[in-house]
Amino acid sequence: MFWNKEIETINKKRLKTLQIERLRKTIRKAFNVPFYRERFKSLGIRPEHINGPEDLKKLPFTTREHLRENYPYGMLAIPREKVIRLHTSSGTTGKPKAIFYSRRDIDISTELIARCFTMTETTKYDIFQNMMTYGLFTGALIMHYGAEKVGALVIPISAGNTERQIAYMKDFQTTVVHLTPSYALYMADVLTRLGIEPKRELYLKRAYVGAEPYSEETREKIEEFFSIDVYNSYGLSEMGGPGVAFECKEKNGMHIWEDCFLIEIIDPDTGEVLPEGSEGELIITTLAREAMPLIRYRTMDITSIITEKCPCGRTHRRIRRIKGRADDMFIVRGVNIFPQQIERVLMGVKGVGKNYQIILDQYDMMTVRVEIDREVFTGRIEDLVYLQKELTEKIRDEVFVKPNVELLEPGTLPATEGKAKRVIDRRTL
Amino acid sequence: MSYLKQLSIFAENKPGRLERVTNVLAEVGINILAISISSSPGGFGVIKFIVNEPERAFHLLKEKGFTVSLNPVLAIALEDRPGGLHNVAIIFSKHNINIENAHVLIPDSRERAYLIVEVEDIDRAFNILKKENIKFYE
Repeated sequence: MFWNKEIETINKKRLKTLQIERLRKTIRKAFNVPFYRERFKSLGIRPEHINGPEDLKKLPFTTREHLRENYPYGMLAIPREKVIRLHTSSGTTGKPKAIFYSRRDIDISTELIARCFTMTETTKYDIFQNMMTYGLFTGALIMHYGAEKVGALVIPISAGNTERQIAYMKDFQTTVVHLTPSYALYMADVLTRLGIEPKRELYLKRAYVGAEPYSEETREKIEEFFSIDVYNSYGLSEMGGPGVAFECKEKNGMHIWEDCFLIEIIDPDTGEVLPEGSEGELIITTLAREAMPLIRYRTMDITSIITEKCPCGRTHRRIRRIKGRADDMFIVRGVNIFPQQIERVLMGVKGVGKNYQIILDQYDMMTVRVEIDREVFTGRIEDLVYLQKELTEKIRDEVFVKPNVELLEPGTLPATEGKAKRVIDRRTL
Repeated sequence: MSYLKQLSIFAENKPGRLERVTNVLAEVGINILAISISSSPGGFGVIKFIVNEPERAFHLLKEKGFTVSLNPVLAIALEDRPGGLHNVAIIFSKHNINIENAHVLIPDSRERAYLIVEVEDIDRAFNILKKENIKFYE
């Protein structure tokens, strides 16, 4: 099934023509942004120099630091009054990334989700329970719009409250869910404990699982437990949210919508563009974003492009499951976290040392292990209990995930030399 | 002597932690007179000792890398009769003094027991108890 067969099966030649036209438009729009204008000018680049994907190499990369430096309104390419939505996502140094959407940007993101839903057979006959957190993260809202667009009945239940999730799945006969892999595994555990057999007592047909990297084994595990199809998805708020790339029924790589995004794969260390099929960092240039066009944006996500044609008939190339990150960001309960955020909290609290470790366990338990400061030890257990509570709350305020905080004796953690191994991920996703 | 000095040592809540501390004290012949261990559900605890050579023990433990502090505590003489502790408790209650931590010390002489008490304002508590004719560890 196709939502927009003409575009989804567009031939290579016509796609290229469309991309060139849209790329030129995007570059012209980017010249409205002082950040881009000044950078391009200093390199002697004028809009007429960029006439196709092969000219991209002339342009420098855009990084998340650039977005942070231009916080709050600096990256806007259209007048403020044409912007109808702000989303933010966490950054390494306290300031979030501000991502803006015009009405057309939201419409396009919605259209992309409608394509994704239709190709995986979600229609108006489906009941869609959206288990992602509604709010500043794009994941929930954009999927919500796409589901409404195809006419599904949307239950905007948001994340958490697992027993209510299960009750609604039973009562309203939910057929489709959208959730993170860790939450899917957690839910499987709760269902087992409650003695509920998904196959007999639930009506589920498929799940859209995303917002965190996971393995093929985890997909199979979720599919088997719930007796459903699990589809992988890829998105980032900078690019308009979820639905940037999505699996079709073949479940073999995610079609990236090339009428809206130009992609390259680079060596994350050298910045060199790699030949099609090689593994490296995904670079995206927006082709349809209006409020905030981004040129050669470094996603930090490691993947590769599948060059073979897909049996489903779509001509848009596929990218493989995200293998990892080119930076030290990690994702817990769908939230992006940088170790530096935790570090900043620890620096601001008296009584703990600078050395720390973050442990991630199954079901997204995050433990922050920190050594207490020998010089500040008062001997009172009350002070330590208070310290532990203070750290828990401040970390939660910073990263939106409540951690377990472990206070350790000084010298317990390995001494940090150079790039210390701060994050120990024991999750098997 | 009006106050005793108490050692407090931070310890993760794991087997073998007490042994590491007592080993240091035993090796140099420091005598432990009283001990208390409090642990928090947060996975850690504080071990408290009254020893015969508190300053020496403090520096030694510090040198060995322990997280240790040395703090003054009250050592209140308890009368060896029914109601002995009750008398002291009445005074604490009457003057609204909160006990943060307490344990008992029985010296070699075994003549009487002493209540080792940590309070927030030790000087205030000391003066109040003194006025009420309470005796302290000499």
